[in-house]
Amino acid sequence: MNTYDRIVRTTCPYCGVGCQLDLNIKDNSIISAIAPGNIAPNYGRLCVKGRFGTDFTHHKSRLKKPLIRKDLDVLPRIPCGIDGFREAEWEEALELAADRISNTYLKKGSSAFGTFCCAKATNEDNYLFQKFVRSVLKTNNIDHCARLCHAASVAGLQKALGSAAMSNSIGEMKDLELFIVTGSNTTETHPVISTFLREAVVKNGAKLIVIDPRKIELTGFAYLHLQQKPGTDVAVYQAMAHVIIKENLCNRDFIGKRTEGFQKYSETLDEFTPQWAEKISGVAAEKIIEAARLYAKAESAAIYWGMGISQSVHGTDNTLSIANLALMCGHLGRPGTGVNPLRGQNNVQGCSDSGGLPGVYPGYQNVSDPASKVKFEQVWNCELKDSAGLTTLEMSDAVGKGLISDFIIMGENPLMSEPDLNKAQKHFSELKNLIILDIFLNETGEYADIIFPAASFAEKEGTFTNSDRRVQLIRKAFDPPGEARADWEIINELAKRVERKTSQSPSSGFEFSSASDIWDEMADLVPAFSGISHKRIEKESGVHWPCPDKQHPGTPYLFADNFPRGKGLFNALTLRVESESTSTQYPYILSTGRVLYHWHGGTMTRRSVLDEICPEALLEMHPSDALKEGLSDNQMIRVSSPRGEISLKLKISDRSPEGVLFIPIHFAEASVNKLTNDLRDPEAKIPDYKICSVQVSSESD
Amino acid sequence: MIGLFIDDIEVECDEEMTIMKAAESVGIEIPTICYHEKLTPPGLCRQCVVEVEGARVLLPSCVTKVREGMKVKTNSPRVQRVRKTILEMLAGSTDLSNAQGLQEQMKESGADSKRFDNSEKRVFPIKDDNPFYIRDYSKCIVCERCVQVCSEDIQFSYALTTSGRGYENRISTYYDKELPQTSCVFCGNCIDVCPTGALIARKESL
Repeated sequence: MNTYDRIVRTTCPYCGVGCQLDLNIKDNSIISAIAPGNIAPNYGRLCVKGRFGTDFTHHKSRLKKPLIRKDLDVLPRIPCGIDGFREAEWEEALELAADRISNTYLKKGSSAFGTFCCAKATNEDNYLFQKFVRSVLKTNNIDHCARLCHAASVAGLQKALGSAAMSNSIGEMKDLELFIVTGSNTTETHPVISTFLREAVVKNGAKLIVIDPRKIELTGFAYLHLQQKPGTDVAVYQAMAHVIIKENLCNRDFIGKRTEGFQKYSETLDEFTPQWAEKISGVAAEKIIEAARLYAKAESAAIYWGMGISQSVHGTDNTLSIANLALMCGHLGRPGTGVNPLRGQNNVQGCSDSGGLPGVYPGYQNVSDPASKVKFEQVWNCELKDSAGLTTLEMSDAVGKGLISDFIIMGENPLMSEPDLNKAQKHFSELKNLIILDIFLNETGEYADIIFPAASFAEKEGTFTNSDRRVQLIRKAFDPPGEARADWEIINELAKRVERKTSQSPSSGFEFSSASDIWDEMADLVPAFSGISHKRIEKESGVHWPCPDKQHPGTPYLFADNFPRGKGLFNALTLRVESESTSTQYPYILSTGRVLYHWHGGTMTRRSVLDEICPEALLEMHPSDALKEGLSDNQMIRVSSPRGEISLKLKISDRSPEGVLFIPIHFAEASVNKLTNDLRDPEAKIPDYKICSVQVSSESD
Repeated sequence: MIGLFIDDIEVECDEEMTIMKAAESVGIEIPTICYHEKLTPPGLCRQCVVEVEGARVLLPSCVTKVREGMKVKTNSPRVQRVRKTILEMLAGSTDLSNAQGLQEQMKESGADSKRFDNSEKRVFPIKDDNPFYIRDYSKCIVCERCVQVCSEDIQFSYALTTSGRGYENRISTYYDKELPQTSCVFCGNCIDVCPTGALIARKESL
């Protein structure tokens, strides 16, 4: 038996649950991982990714030396593998990167830069990255993949409540009374959370209502399944609101004390009858009525959602329709009672908290608010821009228009994750300068000029903030491979050089010697973090923000007494039908999503033992559609949309309804985002990943 | 609240408490095999038995609730003999080489691992049917912790069950299918609770 020589407690690098993980280390290698006892948020539970999937850290293709593109400045750039690069010393690569950045800065100015920070990196990495971008490059063009996942949840909840995070903690789940899961395939995307939800149903007698176009595994535990047609969420939720008002089931006391705009909103609901919603959504009116009654009459009720709500051309409206329901029933501000967007990445909450967004400094302090601007200018010792920068896809557009020539990307893989990839690839091939920090050479790295090898989660210190706002530590288990360095160390070096080369007076803002020091600077600037330090997390294992001072215990559930915007705001909605519609040429709706064994762009999981059990993308198609098309299981299928085509194997399944296909997002060789559409929600700027029109044919035809 | 005596110590506790928890509350630790803090006690292994005055047989303390005026001996000679014999019988039939906790208990109780050396050994081919972990049921004492974890104590995946009766009793998947063909999601939460190393991460088994 292979016994380990030490154990390192850390936080899982995969989804937003933020499981605490004990890595068993032998000879500087992870040989197994176990869940530490009774500690939040996972209380001794893990899923396959956390337990077995951290082996990517030892993969042979980890980057160990800085890489410089061999055919530098040949445009349009052609994607290349590792052979297209030469290894370089750190000094040469840093100097070259700083020179190229400085040249652009001096010749074209700040607006020529686009930057992506990283939801997989630590709060400290992200804080320092956005500080570099804002204070040295002098632009707010910074965003990350939150734009592509929960941007609409954030926009909607900000509007309705003034805060955009899960309002309940994971620890409250097992005691739920009634809950709705919508647009979240929780057993595959947040596996450990799903165990608590199932526990609530099986052991606590909680009632689960699933509102989702797919027959996901959780429907097997559900009291009701409302299987709406893709894109008709607003119809279902508005009709539930209609029923609640008509049957006088709303919480008048809560509405009176804690909300505004109810009268005006309720007057808009007349036409949204359950019968009308049935015609739009395909969900029987009686089911909508029953769901509305159950939700409204419950003593405590929580709503959980994922990408099915947010990744939509009307994602903000979807979120608002949920917020309206919660507000009218007073289902907010108590344990097990609230609104909960389940965050998809280990630190997507933290990356946003740390200022990785174009419109806000760390702690969601608006860049256009003069007081915030002055505060950050004083501490960062520089001048800052007061207008919001561009969002992820707006930056991609700006590259296409020649407005952005330089991109700096920390750990993200936009050429897997952006919609309409063929267009995105074209944009990236026209960049003048692309600098990347990453642990692997991924699909975006293939376009890079310079790649800095970064340390993985197991090779550095820092914090991740999970989906329920719990700030937790990651700890260094062994040294990074070769000459790889922590992202924050790379940024330290790069920022100082660019400052010097652009003749900016040195801010001495990039002299950090530990992640803990970086956290302390951020905590001084963000009131919600003031009571949190690495030392305190070490002692308590994790702290939920907001935590305004050292004596404050942290906040597991939000909105007990008030909402950050004051009163909760009702928002009138209309049914918008703006997604790409099917046609005789493209008769199927395609939805994208995730599977249990992989994660996002697959940079990590495809280089893990996880890939052995799930090595390829499968097209999920309803049996009657397969029959109609004359297709059989395991056959190679060509799927095409007006934007591109891919080939993959068919898996016949009644999980998705007739006329709706499903393809996972993780597989570069069948990259589904070649098919998806760049239509965006007007407020959140999130693309319509869950709906585009496609046709299918047998590969052999 | 009710009162009872455990090893002559007067204990006051809630009437819903088990004898094991009541003993724990006054610092008396009772040895266990199948019992696990996170799981519903199955009362299978009988290692946690105690002697209760007036009771005909020894009682499993993990599932027996306290009663007013109960007089409990957690470590009487009769209890010690039973515990030792249970360990000796397990050692006679099962490969306990990876079962650290059981080995320690054997040492402490003075159990002789060779006492039933001539008994029939439970030997099964190693099940190596997935990329993540292996199942070596020659090391399995059928405590059923893994089955409980997989079903309603943690995971709600229902991939594991017990099959066979009597001597043939063993842990299996439904219809003995290979794990990738079952509802198993490879969370590995069963590995964490296996007391004998019968379930083991592949890299640890090397």
